[in-house]
Amino acid sequence: MTANQLMFILFALMIIVFSILTVTSHKILRAAVYLLFVLVSTSALYFMLNYQFLAAIQLTLYAGGIVVLIIFSILLTSHISQSFESLGWKKNIFSAIAAIAGAILSIVTILDYKFSATAEAAKEVDMRLIGKSLLSMNYDGYVLPFEVISILLLAAMVSAIVIAKKAGPSKTKSPTYNQK
Amino acid sequence: MNSGIPLQYFLILATIMFFAGIYGFLTRRNLITILMSVELILNSVNINFLAFNRYLYPHKLEGMFFSIFVIAVAASEAAVAIAIIINIYRRFTTINVEDVNEMKF
Repeated sequence: MTANQLMFILFALMIIVFSILTVTSHKILRAAVYLLFVLVSTSALYFMLNYQFLAAIQLTLYAGGIVVLIIFSILLTSHISQSFESLGWKKNIFSAIAAIAGAILSIVTILDYKFSATAEAAKEVDMRLIGKSLLSMNYDGYVLPFEVISILLLAAMVSAIVIAKKAGPSKTKSPTYNQK
Repeated sequence: MNSGIPLQYFLILATIMFFAGIYGFLTRRNLITILMSVELILNSVNINFLAFNRYLYPHKLEGMFFSIFVIAVAASEAAVAIAIIINIYRRFTTINVEDVNEMKF
């Protein structure tokens, strides 16, 4: 067993165990930290696949950005030690059956299928190539999705600010929360 | 490079992660944990894209760029979702999906 395989097994076990813990943990903050472990192990897998740029993006954006955002919103909306009441066992059982059946079906299909790789030489993914492809309009270029995603990010930023900001001093009446 | 690790291992790993996310999506009743399940699902799809790109089409870059776009979409989705969740918490003082069932302003 080579070191590569050993590392893959280690990270795969970490991902499987922590992703299952993420969806079954009863403490919400612990679930967020387990999610962080999953994301970091995923970025290790990207390093193993030789996509260094994407692994760095995964580390900074997912593990550094989204998880921190999630933890902040957890701290804003619930008590740290709050644990949810467990759902009825019926719902749990049926959801587990659905998930496991889907997983088994997909795994059987994957093991059944014969993948055929191309014989062409692998392309070295360096930063220069990524930047040139993102901004080129040729056959290999990705300038249209790049622009679309930049507009999407701008729209998301503006809408997040607009949604989350406190309603200003309204002219008619002050907003009443929790009216029931 | 990744000698000795078949493509199928990556796909099986991503499948297990995906269905863990599905399970969480079905059983969780807290909006933030539902969001975390969605992040799991998106992440497993990214692993699939990259493994396919590296093993089957190593002379192209489609999988990698699609993963970049998926990550960007996930980031903007998380930002907007958390803004909505905080706004919901302000109005209802809870983020349990069973208690948030009216859109009355």
